[in-house]
Amino acid sequence: MEERIVIAGFGGQGVQSMGQMLAYAGMIDGKQVSWLPSYGPEMRGGTTNCSVILSDEAVGSPLVTSATCAMVLNRPSLDKFEPIVQKGGLLLINSSLIDRKAVRDDIDVMYIACNELAMEIGNLRVGNMIMLGAYLAKSGAASIDSILKALPKVLGAGKEKLVPINRVALEKGAELVK
Amino acid sequence: MAVVFKRPDSLNDIPSHYCPGCTHGIVHRLVAECIDELGIAGKTIGVAPVGCAVLAYNYFAVDMLEAAHGRAPAVATGVKRARPDNFVFTYQGDGDLAAIGTAEIVHAATRGEKISVIFINNGIFGMTGGQMAPTTLPGVVTTTSPYGRDVSVNGNPIRMSEMLSTLDGPAYIARVSVHDVPNIVKAKAAIKKSFQTQLDGKGFSMVEVLSSCPTNWGMAPQEALDWLKNNMIPFYPLGVYKEVQD
Amino acid sequence: MARILMKGNEAIAEAAIQAGCRFFFGYPITPQNQIPEYMSRRLPQVGGCYIQSESELAAINMVYGAAGAGARCMTSSSSPGISLKQEGISYIAGAELPCLIVNMMRGGPGLGGIQPSQADYFQATRGGGNGDYRLIVLAPGSVQEAATLTGKAFDLADEYRMPVMMLGDGFLGQMMEPVEIPEGVDLKDLPAKPWAAQGWTPGCGRERAVINSLYLDPASLEKHNQHLQEKYDIISAKEASAVCEYTEDAEIILTAYGTMARIVKSAVQLARKEGIKAGLIRPVTLWPFPNAAFNKVLEGGNTKVILTVEMSMGQMVEDVRLAVEGRVPTPFYGRTGGMVPSTEDVLAEIRRLKEAL
Repeated sequence: MEERIVIAGFGGQGVQSMGQMLAYAGMIDGKQVSWLPSYGPEMRGGTTNCSVILSDEAVGSPLVTSATCAMVLNRPSLDKFEPIVQKGGLLLINSSLIDRKAVRDDIDVMYIACNELAMEIGNLRVGNMIMLGAYLAKSGAASIDSILKALPKVLGAGKEKLVPINRVALEKGAELVK
Repeated sequence: MAVVFKRPDSLNDIPSHYCPGCTHGIVHRLVAECIDELGIAGKTIGVAPVGCAVLAYNYFAVDMLEAAHGRAPAVATGVKRARPDNFVFTYQGDGDLAAIGTAEIVHAATRGEKISVIFINNGIFGMTGGQMAPTTLPGVVTTTSPYGRDVSVNGNPIRMSEMLSTLDGPAYIARVSVHDVPNIVKAKAAIKKSFQTQLDGKGFSMVEVLSSCPTNWGMAPQEALDWLKNNMIPFYPLGVYKEVQD
Repeated sequence: MARILMKGNEAIAEAAIQAGCRFFFGYPITPQNQIPEYMSRRLPQVGGCYIQSESELAAINMVYGAAGAGARCMTSSSSPGISLKQEGISYIAGAELPCLIVNMMRGGPGLGGIQPSQADYFQATRGGGNGDYRLIVLAPGSVQEAATLTGKAFDLADEYRMPVMMLGDGFLGQMMEPVEIPEGVDLKDLPAKPWAAQGWTPGCGRERAVINSLYLDPASLEKHNQHLQEKYDIISAKEASAVCEYTEDAEIILTAYGTMARIVKSAVQLARKEGIKAGLIRPVTLWPFPNAAFNKVLEGGNTKVILTVEMSMGQMVEDVRLAVEGRVPTPFYGRTGGMVPSTEDVLAEIRRLKEAL
């Protein structure tokens, strides 16, 4: 298998840490992985994105130019990354913030109201993890347990206390797929 | 027979390339005498500049590095950080320190690098043949200010001791002259104080030495010393600009 | 050490510390800032020293000082900053001091951009500053290789008493991959440096140290240059290195280094699935250039064309042509300015070459 994922949104929506957790989880699961952030001025305030690859083989280009999945958390990200989803690929759209539908009809599109769903479980900041949970359930790229093992590695020791709320968020996202 | 005067041990017994009447030789001797008297030759590392003193590494009988033009304070920073127990000094001219190396000297000073800087100010580029220096006085003719330094065109001379003494990093900054014997004695005391400042771990120190360049000034040696006294000292007042007490 | 996920920049920094580097002098510039940031955090923990200099000029001259005093030390920067460091690099080469210089390349010329590029190949492999000198130039293709080559870079620098440059790009620096940092060396086991300035007394068993690149007498300077060249000849014979993949029966050889080589490798694998006999030569040392790898495939007799792929307008391709000596065609494909050729772009080039065979 090779999963080539783009995650994109506003700075502060957890785009980079979510990508890192996914890559770390892949590593824990024994996959070849890479994570590549967008860098430079665009990380300050504007949109931000990262490329994550999970593969059985050594990773070639760390930059995703043809995605098996794009997770977009804001409108500019949808505009930028919908075109690079490969035919038959997956596009996850944060419908809380994005007011348009996908234009592609050759890909699998899922609309997730990340913000409202996050409010339901009492923490607006885990909206991105709901989307990640849906992606994991769709793709089987990594397990929720591996993501939660990766969480303190990415956010730093001492953040273990965030594991329970993130588990709830990931599971809520996974349920959307059923 | 008692020896009353000899070459300092820290000065190699080789002919120097300095011009007749040049005061570099005097300052070299003062530096070497201070190293000897403080008993620090074995732990001294010197940094030579680009300029007339570029060959200083041949003259001082201590471990030496030759730096790129103006970068001696950065090189000395690397040496001192790597070997904090050694005594590290730079020996730089005014083109080196006050023109191309201005950033390096300012930042070594403000970091409070525990190095000692000997700064030779003779108001001219000597090695390259008498061009205008940042320290050249207004009106002075050089090969690149053939009509005399016009401050409206060439800007004003820079007073490094005054400027650096505004910083918090330096522990000792003094300006001295070597135009006569009483001032040479004072210059040596200032150099020794600068070295002691480093040995005491107090921080950055610099001694600016007003010097003559008979060759490029186009003067006889004594005439040059008199010119220094009558023209440079009024513009570059002697004295201690910064001295941090314990 | 455990396998962890790390950015290339951070992996180089930690690997340097494990290799005994205790002194880092640098100035911020994108996309290599994680190296100075990491060093500023870690070096004080291991008794080392991080200095943020006032400029790249000062940083490289601090390296000159620390290296001249016998310390394992390094600096890092990105393209415009490396241009500023060329003065010091030339002095370091002339004075025969060991150190590591990391260049995480970005697009140029001038201020250029901040996205990945390989446009500093000429600067790195031809010396870069004034005078007749070389740097050993290492081009890692992954975060793991960057970590491994960091220790090797310090060893090569000490062995040959010369600056070693690690040439990466923004992707290599910013990318996170699993990495196992090589185990640390004991500082006591580092090579002795009797030539270094450390304080001298007559009769102490060594000559007075003069760290210097000035030779006013032409005959002496020529002799010094001949000495450097003899050293470079030994390095050329002993240290050139490349990784060859799928080259055994390949008709179409591609050659690329660093990040570009990863992309090319993916394209080669896709071409193989289409039945095209493609292969990859990935130079790991850019200077010395691994001519032998090219000779080997050409002597094999299957190779009909060698395509060089770079994130530049064509720089390494000149070394490829020197190595190939006209035996087969040596076309070039590249993107520049921060544009990164995709696997599909490279595959299209391979197909085009196949059709033309």
